[in-house]
Amino acid sequence: MLEIKDLTCGYDTKFILQDINLKVEDKELIGIIGPNGSGKTTLLRAISGVLKPKKGTVSFAGKDICQIGRRELAKTVAVVSQNFEGAGFSVEEFILLGRMPHFQKLQFLETQKDFQIAQECMAKTSTTKFKNQPIDQISGGERQLALIARALAQEPKLLLLDEPTAHLDITHQVGVLDLIKRLNREFGLTVIMVLHDLNLASEYCHRLVLLNQGKMHKIGSPEEVLTYQIIEEVYKTVVVVRRNPISAKPFVFVISEEARKI
Amino acid sequence: MDKKIFRWISWLLILGGLLLGISALSLCVGSSGIPLKKIVSLIFTGRGTSAHTILFDIRLPRLILGLAIGGALSLAGVILQGMFRNPLVEPYTLGISGAAALGVALNIVFRFHQTLGILSLPVFGFLGAVTAILLVYSLYIRKGIIKAQGLLLTGVMISFICSSLIMLIMAIARSEDLHGIVFWIMGSLEEPNWLLIKVTFLISIFLLFVSYLFCLDLNGLALGEEEAVHLGINVERTKRLLFIIASLLTGVSVSVAGIIGFVGLVVPHFVRMYVGQDHRILLISSFLCGGGFLVFCDTLARIIIAPMELPVGVITGILGGSLFVYALYRKVAKL
Repeated sequence: MLEIKDLTCGYDTKFILQDINLKVEDKELIGIIGPNGSGKTTLLRAISGVLKPKKGTVSFAGKDICQIGRRELAKTVAVVSQNFEGAGFSVEEFILLGRMPHFQKLQFLETQKDFQIAQECMAKTSTTKFKNQPIDQISGGERQLALIARALAQEPKLLLLDEPTAHLDITHQVGVLDLIKRLNREFGLTVIMVLHDLNLASEYCHRLVLLNQGKMHKIGSPEEVLTYQIIEEVYKTVVVVRRNPISAKPFVFVISEEARKI
Repeated sequence: MDKKIFRWISWLLILGGLLLGISALSLCVGSSGIPLKKIVSLIFTGRGTSAHTILFDIRLPRLILGLAIGGALSLAGVILQGMFRNPLVEPYTLGISGAAALGVALNIVFRFHQTLGILSLPVFGFLGAVTAILLVYSLYIRKGIIKAQGLLLTGVMISFICSSLIMLIMAIARSEDLHGIVFWIMGSLEEPNWLLIKVTFLISIFLLFVSYLFCLDLNGLALGEEEAVHLGINVERTKRLLFIIASLLTGVSVSVAGIIGFVGLVVPHFVRMYVGQDHRILLISSFLCGGGFLVFCDTLARIIIAPMELPVGVITGILGGSLFVYALYRKVAKL
């Protein structure tokens, strides 16, 4: 579905990402992990086409995304980013904005179908109950769900998320990630998300891409990527990796300085 | 869906009704009052009477110009605030008005209007406005990315430079020219040329229609530029075209009516507060509301010390400013 070849990109003269190669299959759930400044968000921006590659290509379904029109791209790739603006809209109006790429030329009003799709997206994300509230007055967790609902309203095949669990409590972290997993499993949505929390990434993703200083350090299943040698090398932190007793996925324990001395 | 459409139509009816009421008021009152009932009969039979002349040669042109200018300035304000996502931007922040005023001041001092005719005043104003627009445009927009802050700061600086130059001109100008400059800077809807009024009206209506092609893009831009890109909007092109629309609206208004402050800042805020964020209704509402507001202020300016007249900018400033502070205070108090 998505193929990244020899991608080098960045801002102005500084190259943040170098020689990235990645192939994402249909219906995969991929997590991008890595230390701060390793280029995770930059990679996401390159995939969404906001950032033009300096070298190499990003192609979607065999087509270079630079050749696909913005509008066409918005019908297949949706992004849930971290920055939020849009005060003044109600949740429903906000979600309906996701239908915009599907509007015809000179179409100003939503059709019945647009409303219906928005309803479905709200139902999937359980945002229906606060659809009339202003988007800037709901909680962070609810807002994250509304952002996902808006992205779903674009009817994408590929969903990109930038730290969907940032600033959320564990209830909402799990709620959001369960939702993403469900969308992936039941509706066949391909998902690429940036995650900071290694344990959440391990628990939810099929494959992990570990970035370090703009380069691809390791790619593979959580078991392959999350070993203590790799994590200590990339994050420069002492950790212990054990299995989650229920899911058997790797779980990363950090060790404080005090505890290390004992 | 039906609820939203219903709400929008109600707003349009309310604003349209207000506008009609204000228009009727402005036709009726003045140094010689004409009762509303008489207007109808005047239209058909009054030709040649003095009341007919007052109505059709003085008040009606003024009314139409007020609608066009008020609407244009508010529309420009709403577009600029929408694209920069900054509530303090108004048409005049971009330095357009300052440059237009400078153009007119130069014209008056060099007495071009005596050789080239009175119409050269708006032409010079417009040239000044276009110069400022091109300057801001070539410095910031042509390169692709509009950096809002740099753009706004440049606009403010252009305003300062122009107002300093105007002061310089005023310091060395002859006293009879001084009056003309001051009068123009204060802004007025008194414009004897019918053709100019018609052109202004048609341009502002035309640009209102053009701006509607971008109403959904403006909604998308409200989420931030990168989000707008994600929604499939060609952000750079949209911003460039919106900037041009707003500049034209401002340039035309300023060159015909002088500097009438506050309409472009206050009206969009008010409308946003009550009508909502959706630009599909916001654009037309701002246009109607701005037109109504300016005609109302102008009517007040005509009658407060009749038969003398106050500059309309005085009224828009005092009325608009105090209403705005009040509304803002209520909003803050609510939070």
